[in-house]
Amino acid sequence: MCQECGCGNVGGDVKIGAHSPEHEHHHGLEHGHGHAHDHGKKTVDLNRSLMEKNALLAERNRGFFRAKKLLVLNVVSSPGSGKTTFIRETATRLGTSLRVGVIVGDLATDNDAARLRTAGIPVVQITTGTVCHLDADMVAKAAAQLDLDKLDVLVIENVGNLVCPADYDLGEDLRVVLLSVTEGEDKPLKYPPMFHSAHVAVVTKSDLAAAAGFNRDLALVNLHRISHHARIFELSAKTGDGMKPWLDFLAQQRAAV
Amino acid sequence: MHEVAIMTEALRMAVDAAKSAGASRVSKLRLRIGSLSGVVPDSMRFAFDVVCHGTLADGATLEIEAISAACWCMTCQTEFECVDFFNECPRCHNVSGELRHGRELEIADVEIS
Repeated sequence: MCQECGCGNVGGDVKIGAHSPEHEHHHGLEHGHGHAHDHGKKTVDLNRSLMEKNALLAERNRGFFRAKKLLVLNVVSSPGSGKTTFIRETATRLGTSLRVGVIVGDLATDNDAARLRTAGIPVVQITTGTVCHLDADMVAKAAAQLDLDKLDVLVIENVGNLVCPADYDLGEDLRVVLLSVTEGEDKPLKYPPMFHSAHVAVVTKSDLAAAAGFNRDLALVNLHRISHHARIFELSAKTGDGMKPWLDFLAQQRAAV
Repeated sequence: MHEVAIMTEALRMAVDAAKSAGASRVSKLRLRIGSLSGVVPDSMRFAFDVVCHGTLADGATLEIEAISAACWCMTCQTEFECVDFFNECPRCHNVSGELRHGRELEIADVEIS
């Protein structure tokens, strides 16, 4: 066995016959390695999750938020499902019983943050530029800009997108997916990873159900199929219909933190 | 869109592996992607060329092992292929929500030199 690197080749003296017919001479340490013919290529096993960095940061967030006694929600939906109105009404109706702060993610503009700020809610805006989702690192940086000791609930309004945010754990306690009655009952079937990953599914804009021809039974069947473990709420943030069960649920969840 | 972010992470792991082995080039990356991972293999291939440009992995090949989703049936004590997260066992028709494969988003190995 080779004494230099343990490669299994016979080392020591190598006689090179063709080199000099008159006499033999000895080469001490040269030896061929097995991988010489594939130009030194070698395969390194990694078997690692591509999400491990985010997963690690998300767990760090989770521990930090837990230490701060915060209930953290990650609110996801397609664009225009009513995330901002839902969050604003949730914060306003909770009033002083539970103090809510918000982190808002959008590709551009701080319109959503401005709308929440006008309602007197502490807000930090993350403008992602071209990035289609929030990740745990962005949330950690944004959370540092809020006075968390003065909050009971931290709501993260994700970028409006039912695909990419599904893969990114932010360190939340509850992932809340919104399905508005104007979007079609088959949304859960079209975006199963997101709906499956949610702990809570909220049917929003219920005041428009009749006008939109919303088939409630079909939507619930689809939700139960994909989000089978999720708590389901049906409400209109605008009229306040159905908000009470949701707010009671939040108070209960916060008490359990 | 998030395929670019995920591919960048795969590249980072590959380049780190090459550097710690003293290699100067990454010639192949092998990924495992489940059908319910939320990531599209074609978009990953597109992102791959973009993110590898000018790195140790410039010109490397990308191999993607597609993993189909499978649920576990408690009654039959066996796996069956499925299309989403909640499915009926083709043998006993009981429903199962216990996904055994399909969410993979992993780097299997890299070829370096």
